[in-house]
Amino acid sequence: MRQTPRVRWGEFAIESLIRVIGFSTVGFVIIIFLFLLREGLPAFAQINLDNLFGTRWYPTFGLFGTLPLVLGSALITITAIVIALPLGVATAVFVREVAPNWAREILKPMIEVLAGIPSVVLGFFGMTLVAPIVRETFGAPTGLVAFTGALILAYMSLPTIISVAEDALDAVPKLYRDAGLAMGATQWQTIWRVVVPAARSGILTAVMLGMGRAIGETMAVMMVTGNAARMPLGLDALFRPVRTMTATIAAEMGEVAHGSVHYHALFAIGIILFVITFLINLAAASTMFRKRRRGGLR
Amino acid sequence: MRNRFVAQRVGFALLTLAALVVVIPILTIVATIFIRGAAAINWEFLTAMPRDGMRAGGIFPAIVGTIVLTLGTAIVAIPLGVGGAIYLSEYARDTWLTRSIRLAIINLAGIPSVVYGLFGLGLFVLLMGFGTSIVAGSLTLAIMTLPVIISTAEEALRAVPTEFRTVSASLGGTRWQGIRYIVLPQALPGIITGVILGLLRAAGETAPILFTVAAFYLPRLPRSPLDQTMALPYHLYVVSTQVPGMPAKIQFGTALVLLALVLSLNIGATMIRSYFRRRRQW
Repeated sequence: MRQTPRVRWGEFAIESLIRVIGFSTVGFVIIIFLFLLREGLPAFAQINLDNLFGTRWYPTFGLFGTLPLVLGSALITITAIVIALPLGVATAVFVREVAPNWAREILKPMIEVLAGIPSVVLGFFGMTLVAPIVRETFGAPTGLVAFTGALILAYMSLPTIISVAEDALDAVPKLYRDAGLAMGATQWQTIWRVVVPAARSGILTAVMLGMGRAIGETMAVMMVTGNAARMPLGLDALFRPVRTMTATIAAEMGEVAHGSVHYHALFAIGIILFVITFLINLAAASTMFRKRRRGGLR
Repeated sequence: MRNRFVAQRVGFALLTLAALVVVIPILTIVATIFIRGAAAINWEFLTAMPRDGMRAGGIFPAIVGTIVLTLGTAIVAIPLGVGGAIYLSEYARDTWLTRSIRLAIINLAGIPSVVYGLFGLGLFVLLMGFGTSIVAGSLTLAIMTLPVIISTAEEALRAVPTEFRTVSASLGGTRWQGIRYIVLPQALPGIITGVILGLLRAAGETAPILFTVAAFYLPRLPRSPLDQTMALPYHLYVVSTQVPGMPAKIQFGTALVLLALVLSLNIGATMIRSYFRRRRQW
């Protein structure tokens, strides 16, 4: 095919365009962060730091203590992971190592369905059907408490945890399994003592990505946790209403005057969220990149 | 000796139990919403405007709003996502710049949806002056869906064997001709799957549209891209938390329409993928 100058110019234009588009993702991350800074940093100047990191969030009285919100997010995220980690890893092991084919054919699409359910639908399900069960089981005055939120969040992070853990198990060389079995170990001993430990870095990645997913979740959490901005301390904190960072932004941003102190404070929470999820994803990505560099052997 | 096998039985039983604990709630959610929501579904519910403070009538403007927003998202996200995937799979070498792109994609995928909402409010609604509008909402949703589209499309492009590219080059085709006429058509089913998966995520999201486009109650269809619109996910949030005395039928009906929309797209994407996987020659 002869290359006329027109073809060459056309190609040059298209290839340049593709290059620009390729780099635009980096641009988006930077723009998003700069924007949060632009709108959020004024909060640090307008609100004194004792107040901003204090324990009381009552914007109408000028109290912008973010601590109860940060702890609220931490409480339900950690509880969610405590529930989802054993469940997710066990399911991944079941799917990869134990399940007969027909069970795998049912399980995998079911988990994809779960990943596809919009968070507002899960929140709706949580408030209408899970909350009453929680209320009656634990005798709490209301079912809209931190525990209900953690339960919903656990299921929301399960698809992530299961699929990443499955990949990790998949990456364990078949040799390991053969060696375990050849030593006279049962299949269960091989799974429990050899395969799962060999996959632990991948499982750690799964936990981190699941946490990142859970901490940023908004609608479902806002609908089921009761949204009381108080310090989640004490043994019964799990069974009291709690308020997360994400829910605070979603619930209050619609009502604030643009440019007010409250507006900037909500963007400041956005900065905190961005930084937390950025660090979690950075950590998860670095374990993934390391694995790639080391190649198949681990 | 027998102990070990008892341990194995117990272990396998626990794994099976875990899988059941994962699956049974999923079935319960889907079944409950389908059964209780089906009672609300009729022609009026799907095609009429809401009446009586949304406590009666239909959800037509919310359905239309979600479709319009999803199409708007597609217009922005497909060229950017597929272009980014082509760059990563066909042009990028393993440099620190490429790695920074991959890192950016991972982080875009991890940014909480409500933070996208904040960003959309700050940039598209306020600074660029689109106001709360379909344009602002679609742009926000498009940036949110980019990482899904890029990573699935890249995977589809990479799956095309290198020989296809070398043969194209050996026949005198340029690099772009190879991509345009050989690689892209081969990867198309995978790319379509990725696009659908990304878009259905956009269709179901609430937080990014809260402050960028969603209208609480607007019983008419949008007339221009600068209009606000109702949308299904936000409407479900409104009818289930913001309006007292809302009949459960309307809540479950709205949940069903949203869930059915998202799940049918999901199943469609899976079917396209497996159909072409079985048919392909390589």
